[in-house]
Amino acid sequence: MSAEVHGTQKFDATKRTQIVFSASAMALVQKLISNYPKGKEKSALIPVLHIAQAEFGGWLSPEVMDYVASVLQIKPVEVFEVASFYTMFHLKPVGKCVLEVCQTSSCWLNGAEDIVHYIEKKLGIKVGETTPDGMFTLKVAECLGSCGTAPMLQCGASYHENLTYTKVDQILEQYASEGRPRYYTDLDYTNTL
Amino acid sequence: MATTLLLKHIAVPGIKSLDVYRNMGGYASVEKALRTLTPNQVTEEVKKSGLRGRGGAGFPTGMKWGFLAKPEGVPRYLVCNADESEPGTFKDRYLMEHIPHALIEGMITSSYALGARKSYIYIRGEYFYVSRILQHAIDEAYAAGWLGENILGSGFSHDCYVQVGAGAYICGEETALLESLEGKRGNPRIKPPFPAVAGLWGCPTVVNNVETIAAVCPIITMGGEAYSKIGIGKSTGTKLISASGHINKPGVYEIELGLPVEEFIFSDAYCGGIRNGRKLKAVVAGGSSVPILPAELILKTAQGEPRLMSYESLAEGGFQTGTMLGSGGFIVMDDQTSIVKNLLTFARFYHHESCGQCSPCREGTGWMEKLISKFLSGTAHESDVDLLWDIQSKIEGKTICPLGEAAAWPVAAAIRHFKSEFLELARNKSYVEINHYKRLQPVS
Amino acid sequence: MKVTIDGISLDVPQGTTILQAARMIGPEVAPPTMCYYSKLKTSGGYCRTCIVKVTKGSNQNPNPIPKPVASCRTEVLDGMEVQNVTSSEVLEARKGVVEFLLINHPLDCPVCDQAGECHLQDLGYGHGAASSRYEFKRREYEMIDIGPHIKLHMNRCILCYRCVKTAEQITNGRVHGVMHRGDAAEISTYIEQALENDFSGNVIDVCPVGALTDKTYRFKQRVWFTKPMDAHRNCKTCSGQVRLWLKGEQVVRVTRAKMPGMKWSPLFAIHADLIIKKHRIGLLKVPLKFNGIRLYHKTITST
Ligand SMILES: Cc1cc2nc3c(=O)[nH]c(=O)nc-3n(C[C@H](O)[C@H](O)[C@H](O)COP(=O)(O)O)c2cc1C
Ligand code: FES
Repeated sequence: MSAEVHGTQKFDATKRTQIVFSASAMALVQKLISNYPKGKEKSALIPVLHIAQAEFGGWLSPEVMDYVASVLQIKPVEVFEVASFYTMFHLKPVGKCVLEVCQTSSCWLNGAEDIVHYIEKKLGIKVGETTPDGMFTLKVAECLGSCGTAPMLQCGASYHENLTYTKVDQILEQYASEGRPRYYTDLDYTNTL
Repeated sequence: MATTLLLKHIAVPGIKSLDVYRNMGGYASVEKALRTLTPNQVTEEVKKSGLRGRGGAGFPTGMKWGFLAKPEGVPRYLVCNADESEPGTFKDRYLMEHIPHALIEGMITSSYALGARKSYIYIRGEYFYVSRILQHAIDEAYAAGWLGENILGSGFSHDCYVQVGAGAYICGEETALLESLEGKRGNPRIKPPFPAVAGLWGCPTVVNNVETIAAVCPIITMGGEAYSKIGIGKSTGTKLISASGHINKPGVYEIELGLPVEEFIFSDAYCGGIRNGRKLKAVVAGGSSVPILPAELILKTAQGEPRLMSYESLAEGGFQTGTMLGSGGFIVMDDQTSIVKNLLTFARFYHHESCGQCSPCREGTGWMEKLISKFLSGTAHESDVDLLWDIQSKIEGKTICPLGEAAAWPVAAAIRHFKSEFLELARNKSYVEINHYKRLQPVS
Repeated sequence: MKVTIDGISLDVPQGTTILQAARMIGPEVAPPTMCYYSKLKTSGGYCRTCIVKVTKGSNQNPNPIPKPVASCRTEVLDGMEVQNVTSSEVLEARKGVVEFLLINHPLDCPVCDQAGECHLQDLGYGHGAASSRYEFKRREYEMIDIGPHIKLHMNRCILCYRCVKTAEQITNGRVHGVMHRGDAAEISTYIEQALENDFSGNVIDVCPVGALTDKTYRFKQRVWFTKPMDAHRNCKTCSGQVRLWLKGEQVVRVTRAKMPGMKWSPLFAIHADLIIKKHRIGLLKVPLKFNGIRLYHKTITST
């Protein structure tokens, strides 16, 4: 195990004091908390971490997690434990657009590995790396429930399915010009994808 | 014409919205249940229907509801398992995305039967956009009085919430799901106690799959008796099958249980045969965790009977020559597929998704992945097949939750039916990765 | 309630686990344990070394349980019949579990402070196979300090959760826990933080392996060269039950004493078995005739 992923992280108390949810995010957080019975506020932790990740730069720093703990009035360690368990939370800085290519059976059968190689060549990075301009991070993911429309990749909240090399070109261009993916908080009903 | 219940109106424009859904006969089960049936009668209808859990285990739903403890003064919960992460399965997503109200209607009718004041839909985080569709459907249902206080003047009140996960297959296991819903790590609980006694926040809870809950609507509308006549034997009703892999028409199909497997694969009404004119090699019939079967055994049982899409027929012959219906994730592989490489994708998946609580799964899944990789990198010996077999047997059944079995079964089945492929790789060190992408481009 | 384990029957009160019943019968039939710690609530069930076969569920439902169960977390039902050492299937399965626990273990016993009082070492000798079939690189973590007195050596950890549960149930400011998942799961404080709490030292005592070690004692002595002696120190906060580890006349290590028959008494809440930091550090290097220490036994036999 590399010390990269493991071991303790630096925590900066002065940074922590600057972290506050925007008013709209805070309203959403309060709404989420009200979904649960009194005394069970911790149940909102996972949705709240999604909001925090979208609000504070696409990843969860120790300072952000500490802040989330204070909002939900739980111990910071409880937040760390949960955040590190789930794959959708990034505990290290990532590129603006994280491309997650599914590589499990059905996607592999339909050429997912070739799609990964294509993106690697095109962006000049390997799986797990970020482009020097900080725009793209390439990752592989396990089954994303899109087996019938394989191969596929996910970026932010968007699914890109039935990928071809041409489609990949278009997607990369689109993100490069828009500068960011759709975050979860961007979505409403009329704008689901 | 084959019977369809859940996807009957899938082609109707605007079926996503409450108005159209209602016009097509939606929410009839809520009306019927709340106006004419007692909660126990609803449960009885579900029992009569013979409905079995569509999440994978196939446990009779009515019986599960019957086990729910009902102590005075303690709330009860219905939780919908929309975590759908089993490789090869994408039916729940399809249903929720296109007909969200089918699930909401089922949640209300089922909650009425169980006496649940609140229910939660736990949906995997990657399906976030689907959660927004569901939330919108819930908002519509509140506005129209299908949710909230005193529904249809019956005195029954109900609230339904959606919660998103954040990427963990294990949260499909029902007790891990409850932990996650409580805002914790998705570590499965040690059972007993079962959720029916102590589930969400320690209260009696029923966890059901999306499709199971949606199936409650037609059952109540048409009556349990009539539903039980659909299908074959103890496999009653219809089932959503997610078809993927090397077939001409991948997608979600609603089949009447009892459909011959051969018809499902080759008929144009379903998968439409193998792509690019190739031959069928093997099928994983019920999601990654069920045993893979070679073509001859998936089309016909060891006795030579045609194999049917039903719980019993697929299981015919036990694990020696049979498999399971599971969650209905139907992955088809053509004759150029490497079974060992496919197995590696499964093994990598289970290694990645193990929660790490108990030692056989935590240590064993990674070990299996590394061993299987050896066959593909040309460093394996013939004896590694036996070692792999031994490791999977030491995981199976020794773990806290069934993820251990789910990880062990595909390995065991691949060795059972395709041992020669492992040995060939060990002897000749001959694995060559083929470019599936190029291979599958339509020939012009 | 009547339960039969390996052919030996006894009556136990309701709520007794199979493991507890087996321990009542005796060490011959008691399954080995790693993650179970009797004084903690909801401990056990993780390591799977204590698995047994239930051949008859109960009088009411005589069917066997198809899969082996963790005896530490399974309660006895009336008429239950259990096989432990009499089942070759159980012994084989246990061998598998031990192998799994050891594949990523560094096997650095010669330089490990826990050597001599390590449950994993005992388990490996008693129930494991002679050699490992694992040929891949073992997991490696860097050693970290969690606070001035505790060293965490994650390579050796078997994720028994005992230290986490101890901190959760005994102290009210748990700062360490299990991070990440699968075989990347690890005990950590996540951000640089010290386990700084009067009772935090007790996580060392509950660690069944050498993952959490006492920094004041690390590498000073081998356990078998020291002589344990139980003593009592008057204390308002904790039980004051300490075990002094002596090298000659000098105290080289202080741990909590395991007094036979001592209960997790409600009087001390759950503190009865624990000692506070003051003693752990304060008693070091003091001469034996120290005020406020009452020696229980001249010497006791080492465990
Ligand atoms: C590792 C694991 C993953 C599972 N994943 C899912 C899942 O994604 N969706 C689901 O409905 N059931 C899943 N299950 C099955 C559930 O534990 C549970 O049996 C099911 O939700 C019960 O609902 P049903 O009776 O309606 O099928 C999984 C089980 C295990 C052991
Ligand atoms: S002691 Fe029972 S599972 Fe670890």
